[in-house]
Amino acid sequence: MMTQRVNRAQAVIRLDGRSDIFSYGNLIKYKSESHLKKRFNVGRLSVRRKKQLIKSGAWQRLDKLSSRKSVKYSVYLTAVVVFFVLILLPPILGIIIKWSTIQEFSSQQDLVSRALSAIQNSFVIALLVSAIDVIAGIPLAWMITRGKSKWLNVLDTLSDIPFVVPTAALGYSLFLFWSGPEGVSSLFESSLISPGWLLVVLLHFTFSYPVVVRVVVGALLDYKMEYERASRTLGAPPFTASRTVTFPIIKPSVIAAFVLAFSRSLSETGATFLVAGVFENGPVFIQNMINDSAIHPESKVTYEGATVFASFILIIVALAIFAAIRFLGPKLKLPVKRIWPTFERKISYKKAESSRNTITLLVFFAVVLIPSLFVALPAFEAIFTDTLPRAISRVGVWEGYWQSLLLSYLLGAVATFLNVILGLPMAILIARKKLGSFASAIMDLLVNIPLIVPSIALGVSLKIFWKESFPFIPEMWLLIFAHLAITYPYFVRSMAAAVERISLDMEEASRTLGAKPLGVFRTIVLPLTKYSILSGAIMVFTRSVSETGASVAVASTLQTAPVVIVNWVKQKVPATSLEIGLGCGFLILLSFMILLALRFIVREKGKY
Amino acid sequence: MEEALLVPEIRIVNVSKNFGKVVALDNVNLQIHDQEYFSLLGPSGCGKTTLLRIIAGLIQPDKGDVYIGGRRVNDVPPEDRDVGFVFQTFALFPHMNAWNNVTYGPRVKGYDMKKAETIGHEVLEMVKLHERIDAFPNELSGGMMQRIAVARALGAGAKLLLLDEALGQLDAKVRSELRYEIRRMAKDLGLTSIHVTHDQSEAMAISDRIAVMKKGRIIQVGAPNELYMTPQNIFVAYFIGESNFLEGYVVSVSNEVKTLELRGGVKVQAVDKDARSGERVVLAVRPEAFMAEKGTKKGKNAMLGSVERVTFEGTSMRYEVRLENEDLVVLVKPSMSGEWFNIGEQITVSFQPEKAHIFPYPEAGLKEEIAVE
Repeated sequence: MMTQRVNRAQAVIRLDGRSDIFSYGNLIKYKSESHLKKRFNVGRLSVRRKKQLIKSGAWQRLDKLSSRKSVKYSVYLTAVVVFFVLILLPPILGIIIKWSTIQEFSSQQDLVSRALSAIQNSFVIALLVSAIDVIAGIPLAWMITRGKSKWLNVLDTLSDIPFVVPTAALGYSLFLFWSGPEGVSSLFESSLISPGWLLVVLLHFTFSYPVVVRVVVGALLDYKMEYERASRTLGAPPFTASRTVTFPIIKPSVIAAFVLAFSRSLSETGATFLVAGVFENGPVFIQNMINDSAIHPESKVTYEGATVFASFILIIVALAIFAAIRFLGPKLKLPVKRIWPTFERKISYKKAESSRNTITLLVFFAVVLIPSLFVALPAFEAIFTDTLPRAISRVGVWEGYWQSLLLSYLLGAVATFLNVILGLPMAILIARKKLGSFASAIMDLLVNIPLIVPSIALGVSLKIFWKESFPFIPEMWLLIFAHLAITYPYFVRSMAAAVERISLDMEEASRTLGAKPLGVFRTIVLPLTKYSILSGAIMVFTRSVSETGASVAVASTLQTAPVVIVNWVKQKVPATSLEIGLGCGFLILLSFMILLALRFIVREKGKY
Repeated sequence: MEEALLVPEIRIVNVSKNFGKVVALDNVNLQIHDQEYFSLLGPSGCGKTTLLRIIAGLIQPDKGDVYIGGRRVNDVPPEDRDVGFVFQTFALFPHMNAWNNVTYGPRVKGYDMKKAETIGHEVLEMVKLHERIDAFPNELSGGMMQRIAVARALGAGAKLLLLDEALGQLDAKVRSELRYEIRRMAKDLGLTSIHVTHDQSEAMAISDRIAVMKKGRIIQVGAPNELYMTPQNIFVAYFIGESNFLEGYVVSVSNEVKTLELRGGVKVQAVDKDARSGERVVLAVRPEAFMAEKGTKKGKNAMLGSVERVTFEGTSMRYEVRLENEDLVVLVKPSMSGEWFNIGEQITVSFQPEKAHIFPYPEAGLKEEIAVE
């Protein structure tokens, strides 16, 4: 006899947001049409219910299968094995395979010191940029979540733009804005900011800023306002309340935002390469080595050693810093005990607030948004010249452009598909601790590794592993593996968070009503997370299309769209500035469409 | 005119508040006296919490004014209103231990450390939780969290204590103990307290006066016994305590004694000022206002019926009786005195005319008028 545990959650089981509460138990037990009619005393079943009944034959068998322990565990086991075999181990093994070249390379004193200083630059810039991100991002996130103006919605969408624009196009846009003769430099005698470390910092700030804003906005929306209200009624002015109560409580999210910004800055290759000039950070150094080895095939071994060496150091230091943040982050205490009543009172009210908002908006528009979209100017110009017809008829430099665009989007689609198939079981495994709390926590940690590792370093070691073990592996496969590895953490993390948000009560209620494990997934987990899956998928897709470093590292003949843009700007291919502008323009336009889709989907999510 | 002699500590004048299309408060007027323990009582969604938050300054009213101690405070932010607010979820800061939570108020007000500590010790002493000074909120039981929340609110030096369903999340036993404790503390410290609750027995037990609210309006304000003995409308009769409602018409009037004809031609008498002859009315009788005897008896307001259900409630017996005219009434008798009735037994039910109340039949219908959701 099935015990019908009636709890509150049972009453709120919703399928597709429509009320199927009363027939749920019967549908999930695959009762026949006539039974349903009799049970609910209706003459006709709705089309939707009928459809559910028709489909039920195959599902019934699958559902039954899923209640077997062996089947259940083999699904999770497959997810774990695929993760280790395709994503985690190849880069590690790749470096081990080429360990000897590192030793050979270490005799080249000047190259070693060049590599080390490049890597040092990487970390200094990443730390600097993520710190600025947090300082500048929190006020904007605050404004978006706490303000009352209806324009904030627009601001919210605008703040995502630099995130979806492929970084190569972003880099070119920034270059035009800060250094090009038509940008802000036109106001001055010479170029305002020439390519170099300052432009790299500006670039990294631009593309990592939205990440921080997004994460902090999410945290502030989840935050229970009651704490802040309590603080206010106890006598704290707004600034004191947020400093002593709100921020300590959302600190974990701020740390997570910092880590994300940090790893994005560490990874970015294509755009950095564009704006770096003679300045080198880790990824740029690796890219230079790869380029040099193509020009000087005779000293290929040295260059290969350099790339492996730099990749190895980058990976190790990145992991060490990540571990340190993870370990020390929670111990980091904000000075919540000290209070400065008069000073904090002063900066709490209207005047201070509006000047803070003004500065925030100024920074956002002048440093982030306008430079990001500056490339629209030449792109727009190009439309009225013969560049557009040439582009469409694929003349000159445009010959490979459309192909590369197609490759990029195809790659993005494949990576997204694989992520959904392989990442979803992993996300559930982590969120519901299917392997026991310890092993699941370990998996949670391991999944983050590809996120922390600079993507070009990941690409280098990935390529070595696959080329050494399977010499004839097609380049396309390498591209897919690389993009899968890079995007996997994004998807799994966001899905795990989404699954965790579903109250366990709902799943239990579904079980007591007779659902088998697959049935629970199909009828509860999937409908409640489908918007998260979609937004996760779009995030994966954008990230994949944007990726330059790993693509350069693993493929020498296949070129993705961002790689083509980089080559154009670096004049490996003689492209005019109008052509580059238009090339970026197409990329950005497509990204905009994706962003709109994302917005639309996330708005739908409000239903739950 | 005793009212005018007291200083009204809190005055709400014509306050309205809408949330989008939902009317949360509709032209509310209220005076709460100095050092009074006052309750806002009503079903969920009646606007009581909104009113409390407007008093605290957490929400701004769309219209109307709020005065605290004679001062108009509409433009005063919550931190300068000197209120102590106890939240339904307690809202203890999870990243601070009990000690830092209770000394938070004095510290953010910029008192020196010594003074803050003195206050901290005082309020912890008051709620008898000195031994859990180092505990974090997640290590405390519901009752302890509640006491820390009260201590924290008191520690801010408030003259005005606002409690928003502050006992709602506690177990029944703890709840009934803590409510007296809070009242005692508030009275000892001479605070004005406003207690929001949907639990009428809680409001009855601890309040000096209660405002019953419904759909954004205050329906009746009065001392607990006033509300119980002389409810001014059907909703109050229904929401405070329990009432049997019998529908009928006024057939004759002699001064204040009105004769009603109920369903099935049953004639009864009740005392009321306003009811007019021929008016459609609802007669409200409290379950304990009914007298009952076995068998068929004649007498004033005597109605025959048979017992349909018997419930033993400890201190009392509860009977559901089907009257001859098919109306169902509930009556309650002390369990330790008098005789018990059995299911199916014929009994005679009666009541004294002055113990019943007559209300005009509500325009929206009886069910709608007393709906709490």
